Amino acid sequence: MQRITFSEIETLQKIAKEIRKDIIKMTGNAGSGHPGGSLSCVEILVSLFFKVMRHDPKNPTWSERDRFILSKGHGAPALYATLAQCGYIEREELLTLRKIGSRLQGHPDKRFLPLLEVSTGSLGQGLSVGVGIALAGKIDKKDYRVYVLIGDGESQEGQVWEAAMFSSFHKLDNLCAIMDYNKFQLDGRISEILDIEPVIKKWQSFGWEVFEVKDGHNFEEILWAFEEAKKIKHKPQIIIAHTIKGKGVSFMEGNNHFHGRAPNKEEEIRALKEISEDL
Amino acid sequence: MREWKLGKPTREAYGETLLEIGEEYKEIVVLDADLSKSTYTFLFGKKFPDRFFNFGIAEANMVSAAAGLAASGKIPFCSSFACFMINKAYEQIKIGIAGSNLNVKFVASHAGISVGEDGFTQQSVEDIALMATFPGFVIVAPADEFATRWAVKECVKHKGPVYIRTGRPRSPIIYNENTKFEWKKTKVLEEGDDVTIISYGFTLHIALDAHDELLKKGIKARVIDFYTIKPLDEETLLKAAKETKGIVVIEEHLLNGGLGSMIARFLSDKNPCRIKVIGLDDTYGESGTPYELFKKFGLTVENVIKKVEEIISNG
Repeated sequence: MQRITFSEIETLQKIAKEIRKDIIKMTGNAGSGHPGGSLSCVEILVSLFFKVMRHDPKNPTWSERDRFILSKGHGAPALYATLAQCGYIEREELLTLRKIGSRLQGHPDKRFLPLLEVSTGSLGQGLSVGVGIALAGKIDKKDYRVYVLIGDGESQEGQVWEAAMFSSFHKLDNLCAIMDYNKFQLDGRISEILDIEPVIKKWQSFGWEVFEVKDGHNFEEILWAFEEAKKIKHKPQIIIAHTIKGKGVSFMEGNNHFHGRAPNKEEEIRALKEISEDL
Repeated sequence: MREWKLGKPTREAYGETLLEIGEEYKEIVVLDADLSKSTYTFLFGKKFPDRFFNFGIAEANMVSAAAGLAASGKIPFCSSFACFMINKAYEQIKIGIAGSNLNVKFVASHAGISVGEDGFTQQSVEDIALMATFPGFVIVAPADEFATRWAVKECVKHKGPVYIRTGRPRSPIIYNENTKFEWKKTKVLEEGDDVTIISYGFTLHIALDAHDELLKKGIKARVIDFYTIKPLDEETLLKAAKETKGIVVIEEHLLNGGLGSMIARFLSDKNPCRIKVIGLDDTYGESGTPYELFKKFGLTVENVIKKVEEIISNG
């Protein structure tokens, strides 16, 4: 990839801003959901869907597409809003989030939204699903890549490490994980509940190539990591992206109160105003 | 009593059949969790090493990866002991396969107490109950090697998740290579209008032995091989409930959530009749030979006869 231009970054930032607004509107309208962990992974999703991944919104089941799995399924609003920006779903549909009969279930549900690779929402499973898709790619000699977004708290699940061990042993270089390291889980700070540090050493010792992104909201940094990851042969890669929970809304940033609580009407208006004004 | 000729264990028939169909179905991939020598999936692995994955002792990873493989157009066969694959990866099956409409075949061995000496940790007496909770799953429990071969071949043609229950010991031969089975159906092996005896898997021969003993007493028992546990063969059940005085179910499974409980739930609504279920009553198995354990837990010809006579005398 050529060095990304300033105008390209500006475009990505605009998309991220629209997605942030959609996340606020969707969760606000639903009256529930997880805005904090959705806002923290916006730049990661935008990078993937608008720059990194090979995919075609007109042909969602294209066999050559790069695959994406939102293992931290509670980030569903961010994923849906991103899919809407790409044109996979109508933007109007976003406000049906969590409503009866909606394709946009509280957590990603393949039964309702078949373009998903798999349903997610119970933490710890997505990386293993990615392992299966990566294996299929190797068997079929396809060159698609598999991207799995995992949470930081999610990394407390043992299954994540089963998948980590398997992937490096089988040299799944078509598998790339991203950890949205926003430092919080439902009950509080990860460092206080069950610390995952030293997390870089853990992944390295499991045989993964690790890239650390100090600012997971900086497109230049994120895109650099994805490009470097693509070059790695015979090893799976993980991008540890340091992010801010609730990023983009001052009263949500680092405020775990908004892990699993939607903004009320007044908060929604304030948040939307802030996102619109800031850039 | 009939002279039962022992055939291959159903788990071995599974492994051999996989090997047989591996060439025809290129989409088949086989996953195991360090028990491939027990589940006989190693046979497939030897011939098709590129489509065989040993996940090591990590069942959750194996099952979720099966979801990923299925999402990519493969037909994964997932195997291990029933208690490990199902119990340890129960939620992975729920989210990744049942809740994602994906086409994965689960074939687990060491079901029931006929596992024997290994004791309760290796004996799955809850697999049917657990697997039956998954919407859309087809559950098949073949009684012998011939039924197993049929079930494995047939499940590939079925688009959707399937669980096939297999066992450890050599199974009495009940069928032959020409026996016809129907997908999602059951099989009446003996006609009779006095009572109905239902079983599946390894214990089916006990039902047939009971039939013979009852005949000597002038009691004609209908014997049904309920090899399809889900979906429930309602037609056959209704017929049995209407035409006979009651039903005895014998299964090497816990009473709670086993086939007997499913039958009772269905018939109590559609056609109430006497139903007596022989199985594990709120307890686990233990070490011993299969038949010592059957005796200890009442899975015997004598107990079936006793239950039948209770029904007939309305006791």
